[in-house]
Amino acid sequence: MRRLLLKNLLRHPVTETAPEPDGAALAELAANLDRAARRKLGRSLAIREVDAGSCNGCELEIHALNNAFYDLERFGLRFVASPRHADVLLVTGPVTKNMREALARTYRATPDPKWVVAVGDCAVNGGIFAGSYAVEGGVRSVIPVDLHIKGCPPTPEDLLKGLLALLEGI
Amino acid sequence: MAPLTDIATKGRKVEGHRPWPRVVVTKEVWRLAIQEFVEARATLLGLWGDTGAAHMALLDEASNDILVVTVEGREFPSVGKLHPPAIRLERTIRDLYGMNPVGLPDTRPWLDHGVWGVKHPLGARKRSSGPAAPYTFLPVEGEGLHQIPVGPVHAGIIEPGHFRFTANGETVVRLEERLGYVHKGIESLMTGASIDKAAQLAGRVSGDSTVAYALAFSRAVEAALGVEVPPRAVWLRALMAELERLANHFGDIGAICNDASFSLMYAECGILRERTLRASNACFGHRLMRDRVVPGGVAADLAKDCVEGLRALVETVRRRFPELIEIYDNTASLQDRTVTTGYLSPSLAREFGAGGYVGRASGRAFDARKAAAYPPYGELDFTVPVFDKGDVNARVWVRIREIEQSLALIEQIIERLPKGASPDGASPKGTSPMGTLRADLGTPGEVREGIALVETFRGDVLVSIRIAADGTIARCHLRDPSWFQWPLLEAVIEGNIVADFPLCNKSFNCSYSGHDL
Repeated sequence: MRRLLLKNLLRHPVTETAPEPDGAALAELAANLDRAARRKLGRSLAIREVDAGSCNGCELEIHALNNAFYDLERFGLRFVASPRHADVLLVTGPVTKNMREALARTYRATPDPKWVVAVGDCAVNGGIFAGSYAVEGGVRSVIPVDLHIKGCPPTPEDLLKGLLALLEGI
Repeated sequence: MAPLTDIATKGRKVEGHRPWPRVVVTKEVWRLAIQEFVEARATLLGLWGDTGAAHMALLDEASNDILVVTVEGREFPSVGKLHPPAIRLERTIRDLYGMNPVGLPDTRPWLDHGVWGVKHPLGARKRSSGPAAPYTFLPVEGEGLHQIPVGPVHAGIIEPGHFRFTANGETVVRLEERLGYVHKGIESLMTGASIDKAAQLAGRVSGDSTVAYALAFSRAVEAALGVEVPPRAVWLRALMAELERLANHFGDIGAICNDASFSLMYAECGILRERTLRASNACFGHRLMRDRVVPGGVAADLAKDCVEGLRALVETVRRRFPELIEIYDNTASLQDRTVTTGYLSPSLAREFGAGGYVGRASGRAFDARKAAAYPPYGELDFTVPVFDKGDVNARVWVRIREIEQSLALIEQIIERLPKGASPDGASPKGTSPMGTLRADLGTPGEVREGIALVETFRGDVLVSIRIAADGTIARCHLRDPSWFQWPLLEAVIEGNIVADFPLCNKSFNCSYSGHDL
């Protein structure tokens, strides 16, 4: 293990660095996100993820935000284990009827001020699952939503863009 | 006579059910079929409701024969009464169809939490109203016991479900799962849908297995309609399936180590997973390759010049992964958490027909890529790693060995990919890409039935389909491998400490969405 750690120290980090003037979209995003986060929230925004019936595709990409390439925490954005510690609820899925109560309770347990970001096409209005007896049809039908991030699932870049839009807006 | 052949001859064969036979049987023969499970001559592959009938798929593991038996009427002898793996499936049939498995030992609702506004949504629908009755957990008695309710909203970025632990101090005495929170009514949405719409739904049953689900659904449709898939599409499907397996196994190994607070492995495996997703995106235009496998073939050819990216991925993994395995295997604090933790006995794995790494870590070698040998796997050289220790460590090792196999498969596939297109991946001039990569399905003009068994990264998924004469879906059932793994998680946690539950759970990595449907 020591050998790997040493090698990693000498290796160029895989984390995609932010402020390259000619960098990729992700790099530009990262720079913007960093400035906005600092200004509005003093480098701290706690996110609680709630799966309200997704297929788990969105969760996989939300997870990816934590990997070394995107390294979300460098912007002061971090995922927390309880809604009581959260500023933002990141909600996925069409909201199944069986999750309605749990989602509403999670929202109530989140202290103000709070924002809700609905992630994924089905979180907008139920998407492909709309019309089912078991589905409410979108996050907005249960709790107020501040922002939708579309995609099936949205890529980690899309998710970063969405969080940036939230920071610009609040 | 082989056990399944014996039962098959006792029933009325249904014409047009492919590739394996389906027979309609009497309740007496249905009971004989149950006996095959009890005497361990057959494995339960699936049990699902239909309008006025129940179907059950049996597997003979000695010959890999599959048989579907159907019993008609609103009642049928409970399979779960004698064969516990069927209990949750029968509770589901009760919930969705209102049918009665006579003798079912557990008649609590399973997917129906009492808030849909309807009862028996797939059968004779009835409006339901009023508050849902509270769910009764199984009683646990004894001195010094306390309960720990967890979920449905969990602490991590994972799917929702409820776990009710009863513990004595640190030791778990009983775990009871309550699932169904992400039930979306997918089978109801499929009924009456076009094949293309239903294929999209199938690809959204369990997001981590979108390729395998789309493949299973497509293969069932193709079996029903007698469609031949273009050779290049067959191989591209396998390429996608192996990339999906690779990405998921990297994610799982990292996450298991992370649950033992060993974040170095988590970070390193996360990098390999991300590289796999990026290579998949470069080749197929979507990181998870969603909607790329379609009935009749594939939606798109490989992107230009992406094969080099795949070779680079294989080379990177071959270079980096052995170092990680070495760390995993030589870190005492990590081994202390995974070795002997969450033991699953080979007999339980066999009884439940546990697929994927859960079964293969407990001596059950079943792999649909070998057993059903769907193309192109019959032409590919690979082995199915099997371990017998049955602990978290063994489930990690199955994944490690499967990663190595998948790398070899990816190499073989890109080496031998049938042309049908120019070497750089683009279609040759004058041929339509759709023409070479997707067969026309046509309209059947009569009712057709098909069934398919496909290996996802977590085990075998079974898809049964009935297509109406006009080409719409009359009934489609999708059975996730998790149905036979979730109950085993309850068994393996017994006697372990609460703190080891995340490790056990992650080493199973059952799908909530695939199960809840």
